[in-house]
Amino acid sequence: MSEEKKSFLDEVTAIPGGERLRTCIQCGTCGGSCPSGPDMDYTPREIFAMIMAGMREQVLKSNTFWFCVSCYFCTVRCPQNIPITDIMYRLKRMAIQAGYFEASITDFSETFVGQVETYGRSFELGLATGHYLRHHPLQSVRMSPLMLGMISRGRMAFTPQRIRGARQLRAILRRAKELGGAW
Amino acid sequence: MRYAYFPGCSLERNAAAYDVSFRLVADALGIELVELDDWNCCGATEYFSLDLLPAYALVARNLALVAPDLDQVIAPCSACYYNMLKTDKSMAEHADLAAAVNEALAAGKMHYEPGRVRSRHALDVIVEDFSLEEIAAHVRKPLHGLRLAPYYGCVTVRPAGHDNPEYPERMDRLLEALGAEVVDYPVKADCCGGHMTQISADTAYEMIRYLLHNAARAGADALVTACPMCQLNLDAYQGQVNAHFGTSFHIPVPYFTQMMGLAFGMEPEQLGFGQEIVSAGPLLEKWRNPPPEEEPSAAKPRRDKQALPMPEPLSPIRITP
Repeated sequence: MSEEKKSFLDEVTAIPGGERLRTCIQCGTCGGSCPSGPDMDYTPREIFAMIMAGMREQVLKSNTFWFCVSCYFCTVRCPQNIPITDIMYRLKRMAIQAGYFEASITDFSETFVGQVETYGRSFELGLATGHYLRHHPLQSVRMSPLMLGMISRGRMAFTPQRIRGARQLRAILRRAKELGGAW
Repeated sequence: MRYAYFPGCSLERNAAAYDVSFRLVADALGIELVELDDWNCCGATEYFSLDLLPAYALVARNLALVAPDLDQVIAPCSACYYNMLKTDKSMAEHADLAAAVNEALAAGKMHYEPGRVRSRHALDVIVEDFSLEEIAAHVRKPLHGLRLAPYYGCVTVRPAGHDNPEYPERMDRLLEALGAEVVDYPVKADCCGGHMTQISADTAYEMIRYLLHNAARAGADALVTACPMCQLNLDAYQGQVNAHFGTSFHIPVPYFTQMMGLAFGMEPEQLGFGQEIVSAGPLLEKWRNPPPEEEPSAAKPRRDKQALPMPEPLSPIRITP
């Protein structure tokens, strides 16, 4: 299929197992199972109907997938075996590519991934302080007792752990990004 | 028994109590853990939100690090466990994905053959590779008198676990084998909110409150977890939740391996107790001095023990200090 003829549905389903989305029967089990459903603009069932209808912009501008907590209740309950959680991840990636997002929503993921790419391991103190100071400076005051508690109990490191193969890992990830366009 | 071991980033620091207690318990059971050399982060749930192929390649590097003579890798963290399982399965089922991941790995002179390594959660290894009798045989100081709520969370049992994804019972049986009383905890596989504390705290706090509320209502002395993310949310954020809702929960959140260690006769300090934010002091006190066994009450119980579990509705809040 040529690039311009690719429908929104084709793009969304282009992940391992994603084709199952075409079998959605609109039963609503997903929305009824979702612990953060009440905070979503549209329930997963509604989002799937909108995807079928080609409503690209409304779907990718919605907050639905950002509220997905990856609990997999919808996935295990779906009578059509649609990998719903993976489709939510897919929508997040598409929304980022389209530029439809508030920076603070994806920044947590980006900060996390940036650290992993640099050091090979995640660095919780840097993650927590960096994220809060940038986006929620007032909240960071409220969070400081928590941080102090974690630090005083030795549960937060002050320096990141760097793996020996950090350079090798970066080479792998760089190659994966070059190859990764279609996913 | 030899297994490859992938501790993951959380167990290095924030969940060090899980790492130290799992290693001790594994040793007592005769499990030999061979830690992956120079492992990297599994990407948690964050990498899959940004870029799919690098997310898979990141996990595949760890799978490729498993020594050729080993075919199983244990991860105590539920996210690490599931990411490895998902990567192996997706590569096995989708040859084009496997080829792309291996092309990326080749940039680091590595290769992973899908299907070579079986990823297993620490809880699954303990309850599948050992019988309850074998585990009970190691008990030196039973958890008599402790009322424990088993909390499995999501990815320990969903979507790929071996237990019931809606109402798992393996940890229940394990804790009973250690001598504890397992309370009725119907929300045992509900979500802790994951990373939502960072993105939409109100959403996360409500989910955490629901879990704490049901544990308090069941009169649990502790919420026992098998996942560092669940532990962090329930333990470190318990104070935030109390401030947010005006509640006064005080429920310690130990790992199941810490409870196993206590029952096996190990000292709390060895097992990482003391690192929790919500003090496990009262729990340990009760473990040291179990209350005398109660005489069976003549009064008719409010509810039959065999009755179906009844979850608590979300509101109104009815917890009193």
